[in-house]
Amino acid sequence: MIDQFLRFLVHLYRIHGLLVRAVASIFRRPLYLETILEQMDAVGVRSLTIVGLTSFFTGMVLALQSGHEMAVYGAKMYVGTLVSLSLVRELGPVLTALVVAGRVGAGIAAELGSMAVTEQIDAMRALATDPVKKLVSTRLVATTLMLPILTIMADLFGILGGWFIAISNLGIPGSFYRRTALYYLTFDDLFIGLVKPVVFGAVIALVACYIGLNTTGGTQGVGRSTTQSVVTSSILIFLLDFVITKLVLTVM
Amino acid sequence: MIRLKGIWKRFGELEVLRGLDLEVQRGETLVLLGRSGCGKSVTLRIILGLLRPDAGRVYIDGTDVTDFDERRWVEVRKRMGMVFQASALFDSLTVRDNVAYYLEEHTDLPEERIDEIVAERLEFVGLAGTEDMMPAQLSGGMRKRVALARAMAANPEILLYDEPTTGLDPITARTINQLIRKTQEAYHVTSIVVTHELDSAFAVADRVAVMNGGEIIFVGTVDEVKACEDPFVKDFLMGPTWQEGRALTR
Ligand SMILES: Nc1ncnc2c1ncn2[C@@H]1O[C@H](COP(=O)(O)OP(=O)(O)OP(=O)(O)O)[C@@H](O)[C@H]1O
Ligand SMILES: [Mg+2]
Repeated sequence: MIDQFLRFLVHLYRIHGLLVRAVASIFRRPLYLETILEQMDAVGVRSLTIVGLTSFFTGMVLALQSGHEMAVYGAKMYVGTLVSLSLVRELGPVLTALVVAGRVGAGIAAELGSMAVTEQIDAMRALATDPVKKLVSTRLVATTLMLPILTIMADLFGILGGWFIAISNLGIPGSFYRRTALYYLTFDDLFIGLVKPVVFGAVIALVACYIGLNTTGGTQGVGRSTTQSVVTSSILIFLLDFVITKLVLTVM
Repeated sequence: MIRLKGIWKRFGELEVLRGLDLEVQRGETLVLLGRSGCGKSVTLRIILGLLRPDAGRVYIDGTDVTDFDERRWVEVRKRMGMVFQASALFDSLTVRDNVAYYLEEHTDLPEERIDEIVAERLEFVGLAGTEDMMPAQLSGGMRKRVALARAMAANPEILLYDEPTTGLDPITARTINQLIRKTQEAYHVTSIVVTHELDSAFAVADRVAVMNGGEIIFVGTVDEVKACEDPFVKDFLMGPTWQEGRALTR
């Protein structure tokens, strides 16, 4: 147990080292703008459907459930506030991050992992390219930029899902839902709702790259790395979600 | 040009290199012989900075590069090329993009010029017109030759070949040996060739080094190595396998 914990700390330390190297080389030439754009497309555009669907249904469920509960207290009309607050502060960032960890993080770990076990990473280094710059920095930038955008989309789709239930099921007028959904959102909510995806995005990319680059053991190793990357970043997302919420609530 | 001094390298319990010394002169082709698993690939990786030795120094062109960080190694590697034992082509890039990789990364040459150089290199290795193929579509021998073309694309001063002919038919093997000689003569590169095949070794070598027990136990010209009295070297060069095989069947 202690042994495992120590190993975890060693990995964390190395991931931190990777972060430092990746950030330090972002602005060093060549910039690989094309690669960054490709990655942004892979992370952002191609995750949009699943992120949109996930959060739309989540918004619907939120509205349905809370509509029933809140009716007991006579607060049914304020379903919009509950839906939008839970989405913006909590569910939007976490759900989006989990979806991206599963979709994009796994992809990165598998790609870099197969490159590692087939010596392509070494070949890259032999051709005088720094893999941290070419592979890690680009993915780090792309994921960290795209996750907040995806999260905003998720928030919007979720609120839309809630709206759909509100007007079709709960008998709340659309305009009232809209007002209650947006009126009670404070700057703090938006701030926390955007800090989270920035951190989550960086974590997903870093964990996936770190695990991918350190893959050994052939095809089986690639499979293991892929799973490991999803599991590790999911745990870190929940953990950091708590830490960030706690921090921001303490400070504000 | 390349000097290894007292290199030690271990993987867990396994001590692969035990104080290895090796020197390669500018412009020569040194063949590195040794049994499978004796640490030849590891030695090449250390020269290229892909692995760090546990102890000992690596000098490239008189500069001690042992403690260079990845960023400074990148500069050193710009002067080197390596053909990996398993070719290690980028499997998501076409043959053209594989060969062009270094030029795209490190030069500002216009695309047409890069296309020309790629075509020229592919022709050099006898693969003209394969630009648009993917590595998965190539045979093992073709991959080796693409790897050769890729390593040569930037006109490196140092070329490291890890078993460039292993597993190939004799004709392809001979072609590759000729390529290695041709490259050395055309571009005056300093090369190290790792191989198990004595024919190949003697065909390309200026000097031969024999490795055993994590050290270089013999270095000399082809004639010297053939005349060497060291039992291991003799054993290695005699190719005792077929003799013993015969002895067994008798
Ligand atoms: N990354 C590594 N991790 C652990 N052990 C390794 C690693 N690389 C090499 N080894 C071990 O070091 C020893 C030497 O390996 P190396 O690849 O240098 O052999 P070689 O001389 O090139 O053999 P061959 O002729 O079969 O290619 C082997 O026993 C191998 O198991
Ligand atoms: Mg080898």
